[in-house]
Amino acid sequence: MSVAPTIAIIDYGSGNLHSAHKAFERAAREAGSDASVIVTDDPERVRRAERIVLPGVGAFADCRRGLDAVPGMVEALEETVRGRGRPFLGICVGMQLLATRGLEYETTDGLNWIGGDVAPIAPTDPSLKIPHMGWNTLEVRRAHPLLSGIPTGPDGWHAYFVHSYALSPTNTDDLVAVTDYGGPVTAIVARDNIAGTQFHPEKSQKLGLALIQNFIGWRP
Amino acid sequence: MLKIRVIPCLDVKDGRVVKGVKFLDLRDAGDPVECAIAYDAAGADELCFLDITASHENRGILLDVVQRTAEACFMPLTVGGGVRTVDDIRALLLAGADKVSINTAAVKNRSFVKEAAEKFGDQCIVVAIDAKSTGPGRWEIFTHGGRNATGIDAVAYAREVVSLGAGELLVTSMDKDGTRSGYDLALMRAIADAVPVPVIASGGVGTLDDLVAGVREGHASAVLAASIFHFGQHSVGEAKRHMAAAGLPMRLDT
Repeated sequence: MSVAPTIAIIDYGSGNLHSAHKAFERAAREAGSDASVIVTDDPERVRRAERIVLPGVGAFADCRRGLDAVPGMVEALEETVRGRGRPFLGICVGMQLLATRGLEYETTDGLNWIGGDVAPIAPTDPSLKIPHMGWNTLEVRRAHPLLSGIPTGPDGWHAYFVHSYALSPTNTDDLVAVTDYGGPVTAIVARDNIAGTQFHPEKSQKLGLALIQNFIGWRP
Repeated sequence: MLKIRVIPCLDVKDGRVVKGVKFLDLRDAGDPVECAIAYDAAGADELCFLDITASHENRGILLDVVQRTAEACFMPLTVGGGVRTVDDIRALLLAGADKVSINTAAVKNRSFVKEAAEKFGDQCIVVAIDAKSTGPGRWEIFTHGGRNATGIDAVAYAREVVSLGAGELLVTSMDKDGTRSGYDLALMRAIADAVPVPVIASGGVGTLDDLVAGVREGHASAVLAASIFHFGQHSVGEAKRHMAAAGLPMRLDT
């Protein structure tokens, strides 16, 4: 069976998929890719997709329940992403779900693709506001194709964050970039064909569109 | 480092921008989507649409505006005005809004804030607080564009809605709104220092120094303004460069 050039954005009832859909369509167009972007809750379409995106807005436990409520979706993800190695991008809570456990409100199992817990961010400066909301720069811990051509560091481009919890990977090799908010906060994780961003690339203007283009061209 | 946000606010009535917006190079200055695209290009950090449509029946027009904006602008969008039910919020989020601002409905029924935050997450629930001074160091919540007093203390109310799940507060001084004499800095600071979530300062901006004061003296995390941007007095880029020159952390890479 040949793989259709499709990017599947998984719809599991979590938040705003419209802007993610449009951002991926625009990035695909600008990258000269003929991939079609679909929003789907059908595990069979996920199995046939060339690339898979898991968005997520809200609380960890809610998102996990939402994902489990789509019959066959977790199995399709395990088979396609972990089994067949198709490129995968998790966004915000979609990235946090990669962890072993989430500790928001209650302890909830994640997919355990990237070892670690999702815990409240705790800035060293107590006057810093929670959620961490707004534009922040990235500090690279390990080079990664998703960041190709994107200026990073204090004078680099900005990404849009809005979150109160963060994933701390057990294995430091999984940590690609952090952002500074009263100490380092995980911004990008990756392992093999799996990547995730705590920030919202679909809301991060030029940095976001560049990162999505990199994802569309990524051959892990 | 997290940057201070500059948020232009557009009043939308029946799908059109009101109060007039003077942008150069706009085909249609009354079209909210065109204004949004212009502000996006100018480096706005977020956008805010305030729907002042009188009737609830025109909701579909607003949803269409939000949807078309989300297709063209890849930046955060807050929408407020007449948000009364969980279904209102869901419809706006599905159309492409990232955050929804709740005002009168939260004053009338605090549990609506809790219900909304539990359903959609704290991060997308903004509570808009319209307050008027009632004495030194005291402010009261007003509804219906500042006409109706509620007897509710603004700072106590701010604490309460945050404890119920508001992820951000949009604080407008009814005394200052439209005066161009600067934010009510004492009000902003009293609320910003009382809550752990970000506060957006609103109401009264006349100069770029007012924006700096909103952050430095008002302790706001973000500054919202309407007329100084709409009438071409200052561009968003100019405002951000001015704030950066004053020593505030700003995003200037657009």
